[in-house]
Amino acid sequence: MSGRLITEIAGLKLANPTMLAAGILGLTGSSLRSVVEAGAGAVVTKSLGLKPREGYPNPTVVQVECGLLNAVGLPNPGIHHFSEEIREAKEAGVPIIISVYGYSSEEFAEVSKIATEAGADALELNVSCPHVEETGAEIGSNPELVAEVVKGVKKKVDKPVFVKLTPNVANIAEIAKAAVKAGADAITAINTVRAMAIEIETTRPLLANKIGGLSGPAIKPIAVRCVYEVYREVDAPVIGCGGIMSWRDAVEFMLAGASAVQIGTAIYSKGLEVFKSVTKGIDTYVKKKGFGSVKEIAGLSHRY
Amino acid sequence: MLVYPTATNRLRIIKIQEVWKESPTVKTFTFHDKLCAKAEPGQFVMAWIAGVDEIPMSLSTISSKGLASITVANVGEATKALHQRSRGDILGVRGPYGNGFTLTNGNIMIVGGGTGLVPLMPLTEKIVKLATKISFLLGAKTKDELLFLDRIEHMLSKVHAEIIATTEDGSYGLEGVVTDQAEQRLAKERFDMVYTCGPEQMMHTMFLLAERYGMPLQASLERIMRCAIGLCGSCVIGKLRVCRDGPVLTSEQLRTVREEFGKFKRDFQGRRIAV
Repeated sequence: MSGRLITEIAGLKLANPTMLAAGILGLTGSSLRSVVEAGAGAVVTKSLGLKPREGYPNPTVVQVECGLLNAVGLPNPGIHHFSEEIREAKEAGVPIIISVYGYSSEEFAEVSKIATEAGADALELNVSCPHVEETGAEIGSNPELVAEVVKGVKKKVDKPVFVKLTPNVANIAEIAKAAVKAGADAITAINTVRAMAIEIETTRPLLANKIGGLSGPAIKPIAVRCVYEVYREVDAPVIGCGGIMSWRDAVEFMLAGASAVQIGTAIYSKGLEVFKSVTKGIDTYVKKKGFGSVKEIAGLSHRY
Repeated sequence: MLVYPTATNRLRIIKIQEVWKESPTVKTFTFHDKLCAKAEPGQFVMAWIAGVDEIPMSLSTISSKGLASITVANVGEATKALHQRSRGDILGVRGPYGNGFTLTNGNIMIVGGGTGLVPLMPLTEKIVKLATKISFLLGAKTKDELLFLDRIEHMLSKVHAEIIATTEDGSYGLEGVVTDQAEQRLAKERFDMVYTCGPEQMMHTMFLLAERYGMPLQASLERIMRCAIGLCGSCVIGKLRVCRDGPVLTSEQLRTVREEFGKFKRDFQGRRIAV
């Protein structure tokens, strides 16, 4: 791959600006490695907590118009049982970012500390899961709580800390500002959009958890707007996420202000090959537009 | 690369046409669904039992007339709820998903154990048109649990075939395990393909035997499934996703997961548990 694609986020060097989004695959070292082999510049694990969680019963992932609806429910073995997977994932040779959730700032800090000791290159705080009570978006909708969580984590770890934000707030830039002021090294925008689907024959909500998060093409314009607003308001790198299906989508996020992009739902329709096709497309675009590096296009649309 | 049309992944509500008992613990449910009726042998569907669960199920019938069926052992909460459904009740289905069996001609061995026989039924239906000879080996713990015997005899009645049934308690056919019978034949005869589905230990033994005698094999694996479309990672074995790269895996693919196949799988939390 070309040198044009090399990028850096909070000191983390990426061979290309694509990452695996949290929650997709990412529960085993081998599956993380398969994503790296497919071409991802970095990978984010499934969210890890202090204690194991089984997640919700099925249906947990449902096809809707222009996207997928999910409420998987944060299944994970707990951070204490994850170090072997981190070690295996690290053999892939790209940054391994551990997604972390907790029910308090102390829990976030403790999980982050254990994750770092096990080899995490960076942490991504999940303060945006839309379907588990007392964590995720319930924390991420409140700037004071976000600041408290970030401060707690930063005190315990010396690795870059990303904060993944929910779009289900009135003012996402305000939350981003609070996170960065508290020490966040980068902002990931966005997590899924809180959503629901009902099956009319049975009259039942489709997801076992009734409410979940919408991903895929349906949320891309929302995500682009969020990245744009966050980039405008904070002095920290932004990682774009939400409905990126092609290199064109990735470039759009970068023009809005993203230094890197995360891909998840597209793996369903495009396969793991999506990482290579997006990377190649970005490279061609950067070259065609006469830039020397992908870094030069981040936030270009803000000129207007 | 396997890409599903959106229609495949969309849930359809189907009406159960018929229910029949295959054994004291196993029932077959037939239904009409155009997509399922066009499935490849070995593909699976996600069956939604509203208010209870959604579970992966192999198709036991794939018919050109638009009919499909699933055959389900009563083993847990979801399958128990399904067993209480009868003709006219509704279910949700999405799929069919995954890579099914690749059909081969020549001398064929098929080895099934317990409800592992389910995906082997539509396979056999198709392969009788290609094979020069079929050795069909089926096993179960007891006579009661030996599935599809009549259907297998009917399917193989007009071709060069041998049917070997084994039960662990000797209540039907030969006493013992089906893999011992398979080994005797693998040692003497050259097979162009070995197809297997059943308990993982049985399939693992078959894999090792096929490797030892240098014959190609396809095995249909079972893992916890949530999304069924290769995203959630619940069903991974090594670098493979059983829902997407499988459920039917070839010898070449199984060689890449030697450290897991037949040894451990992942539970709902993603932790390793013995198979």
